[in-house]
Amino acid sequence: MAKAEYIIRRLLLAFLVLVGVSIITFVIARMVPSDPVALYVGPRAKPEAREAARVKLGLDRPLHQQYLRYMGEVLSGDFGISVRSRRPIIDDLKVFLPATLELVLLSMIFTLVIGIPLGVLSAAFKDTWVDHFSRIFAVINVSMPVFWLALLLQLLFVRQLDLLPVGGRISRDIAILSPIEPVTGFYLVDTALAGNWSAFRDALRHLILPSIALASYAIGLSIRMTRATMVEVLQQKYITAAWAAGLTRRTVYFKLALKNAIVPTLMVLSLSFVWQVSGAMLVEIVFLWPGLGTYLVNAILTIDFPIVVSVALIVTVFYVFSNLFVDVLQAVIDPRVSLE
Amino acid sequence: MTMNHEETSRQAQSAWGARFLEYRLMWRALRRDRLAVISLAIILVFVLAAVFAPSLAPYPDQALGKANLSEKLDPPSATHLLGTDDLGRDVLSRILYGSRPSLSIGIFVVGLAMIIGTPLGAIAGYAGGWLDQVIMRITDIFLSFPALLLAIAISAALGASFFNAMLSITLTWWPWYTRLARAQAVSLKEQTFIEASRAIGVPGFTIIRRHIIPNVLTPALVQATMDIGSAVLMGSALSFVGLGVQLPRADWGNMLNVARLYFSDGPWFAIFPGLAILLIAMCFNLLGDGVRDVLDPQSRRTG
Amino acid sequence: MDQPLVIVRDLRLQFRTYAGIVHALNGIDLEIYEQDMLGLVGETGCGKSMTGLSILGLVPRGGEIVSGSIRFRGEDLLTKPESYMQQVRGARIAMVFQDPATSLNPLFTVGQQLETVMQRHHPAAKNEMRDRALELLKVVELPDPARILDTYPHELSGGMKQRASIAIALSCGADLLIADEPTTDLDVTVQAQILDLLRRLRETQGIAILMITHDLSVVAETCQRVAVLYAGQVVESGPVDDVLFEAKHPYTRALLKASPKRSSRGQPLQAIPGTVPSGLQPLEGCSFAPRCPHAMEVCSQPPPRASVAPAHAVYCFLYTDAEGT
Repeated sequence: MAKAEYIIRRLLLAFLVLVGVSIITFVIARMVPSDPVALYVGPRAKPEAREAARVKLGLDRPLHQQYLRYMGEVLSGDFGISVRSRRPIIDDLKVFLPATLELVLLSMIFTLVIGIPLGVLSAAFKDTWVDHFSRIFAVINVSMPVFWLALLLQLLFVRQLDLLPVGGRISRDIAILSPIEPVTGFYLVDTALAGNWSAFRDALRHLILPSIALASYAIGLSIRMTRATMVEVLQQKYITAAWAAGLTRRTVYFKLALKNAIVPTLMVLSLSFVWQVSGAMLVEIVFLWPGLGTYLVNAILTIDFPIVVSVALIVTVFYVFSNLFVDVLQAVIDPRVSLE
Repeated sequence: MTMNHEETSRQAQSAWGARFLEYRLMWRALRRDRLAVISLAIILVFVLAAVFAPSLAPYPDQALGKANLSEKLDPPSATHLLGTDDLGRDVLSRILYGSRPSLSIGIFVVGLAMIIGTPLGAIAGYAGGWLDQVIMRITDIFLSFPALLLAIAISAALGASFFNAMLSITLTWWPWYTRLARAQAVSLKEQTFIEASRAIGVPGFTIIRRHIIPNVLTPALVQATMDIGSAVLMGSALSFVGLGVQLPRADWGNMLNVARLYFSDGPWFAIFPGLAILLIAMCFNLLGDGVRDVLDPQSRRTG
Repeated sequence: MDQPLVIVRDLRLQFRTYAGIVHALNGIDLEIYEQDMLGLVGETGCGKSMTGLSILGLVPRGGEIVSGSIRFRGEDLLTKPESYMQQVRGARIAMVFQDPATSLNPLFTVGQQLETVMQRHHPAAKNEMRDRALELLKVVELPDPARILDTYPHELSGGMKQRASIAIALSCGADLLIADEPTTDLDVTVQAQILDLLRRLRETQGIAILMITHDLSVVAETCQRVAVLYAGQVVESGPVDDVLFEAKHPYTRALLKASPKRSSRGQPLQAIPGTVPSGLQPLEGCSFAPRCPHAMEVCSQPPPRASVAPAHAVYCFLYTDAEGT
């Protein structure tokens, strides 16, 4: 079956890419012009301690061996130890990764719910005020520095209107009075599972501004992409044939045309997913969000390269899989895709 | 009908000539798009502001870093049109001076990416075979990284500076142009005039130089126009994180980094640099839209 | 003859373009009867497709019907709101298009597309609709209908795609089928089959067909009546045999003479000198006058309709001296 063949080939390709990615990440991290040993043992360590540290960090081996050792550890869940804090990175990841993911997922939901329908309506009502408003809205979103938007939102909702909290994932009082049992690390899920509704509401209040800020770029992008593809689709003869058969506007736009337009839109969404993971970094800084982004930026500034490598690897793995997902989805939706 | 090398050369030379004629027609069509024209005008204003910043800025020494602590965080007034920052420096002057790194990173990154990526993609597409595979695999791997993340990582590894920021962003950008050029080259390869040139023995590199590159250039230019805005955004993101232009030199991104801490006391300090970034990015996006519409024959139709 | 199913009177359609106003239709008069097979024939750009789209209210953006009426069973469709037209389309008047490869949605199976249309006008239970779909595919003479229901358009040949399109068009019991160049993009042998099919369907399904085409031979083989279009105007209309064998209008005559089938071996093809007007100039008088070998002074006036035989009408001053009408 041609389709299964296609999917398998895409999987293999993704795997190769992952290998390549891990090598590059590793190499870049090693490019850092500083001495990880010195950072690890401190400036006043004795030579024996330094040597021991070198062996422990595996720095005495040739580069490719270091790489293999590292990959082996990663695949068994050991991401190494932070040079600064001496804590296993995996422990940090368990806290920070869900924090960022929750943010990104909520922002993706906003994108899907706001961006795609606006794009469809924009194309359907082309050249009317709906279209013009959508397009201006989209261009502004796409051109706005996300950290600036985050600051503006804070300015408006926190300082001026005092509606929402300034930062963090949860308020101190809630953390003390109704603490959250970590199950998945997603606060919304964990609080719902435990029936801890006051904490749920609090977590939501903390999530809203950062996820809206994060979603802005993706919303703008999906409006533009969906509109462009829809406009092209709507010019096709099979859409005229659909009108000629008396089908309603809702059927034509949202059932027929959208299916034809969805694949490029999904591709854009997957690209923006990745963008949102990196954009999350910027948003996290502004909102003091304890996530992967803050973790990474601190690690970079303190040259804690095991962390840098680990985070870079994880984010890239997500990217590769989301690209793969879109390719497979395209193969499923479009019956004409088989060999490429 | 016999064709000799001379005739083909002349025909090939006219490929570039044909390009220039096409560009002139495109320009005429672009002029009709009001949004694109306005955007272009605003961009030119920014460029002039960047070039003539020393003459335009009311407080050039403050723009370069001289502190003025007595006027710390003053709101916009007659003496300081956009207010002052955390060290009392004139925000307007610093924005004007900041336009230099902010704009130039956008332009240089995209220019370099195009110069590196396009020929690489043209070669890959035209040559095919193992060369194509190797180039495209490398391209794919670079594209597997989230661009901002990669830029931050490389920039951090190299050390924080304007030059390193530019280098790292360029490294994340070139693959897009390679992919674009390759796709074009692959479809061009099949055309008869290429086969004819090959048949009479025109060397591969000459074919690439004379025929493939001019045809590949147009979509690359459209992409580039839109990309400059995104490159400016990425540059400012790097500065925001502390990896670009270093203080006390002014840059829109690093201004926002500091402004973040003071925004309740001095919101103007946070608002205006961001507004500048937004405006520039918007103008490049709208201009890019206009250029793309001009090249797309579908939108030249009525309705 | 009983009351016509469709009466089009003085239909005028204009398009706003960058270059100016294009006059696509300049006063079309047509009648289509029950179970009729009317051929609408003319060169590319004469407005025949636009006439078909106008009847369904599907004039593309930028177009405006500035005057005229389109009566379907007595009701003027041009005065009706969009909601009314959505009921008419598909259920009362249906359309098949020129290239079945582009007029079928590539992402849905034939069965799904049939079901969508049937669901719209005559919703029923799933299995009922599936049975109806199978029936329809049999009616259009598709082999192995059960398999075809679950195939995608790109898996079918050109002829099969067109049969499927016809099935979709007929799925809701329309009284009129507008066929816009249904065989132009098909192979010659397949062409004959589809035309045969359309002829048979007219009798078995009781539908009228408006056959839009540029090919006179198609008209000759399949249609009962024909209207000849030039530059947005009907120049001659009547029973097929009358118009083709006793053509009166100079344009019809020239068209027939230019047809390769009518020419003799070894003789040069008789082309019509001049070119079709672009439509940018508003029409004054007879549209064919600039190219007509018999043009007269009076041809700068709009030519009146003249009856040269019962049901055979010509719009030309050459035939009006006798009675004036």
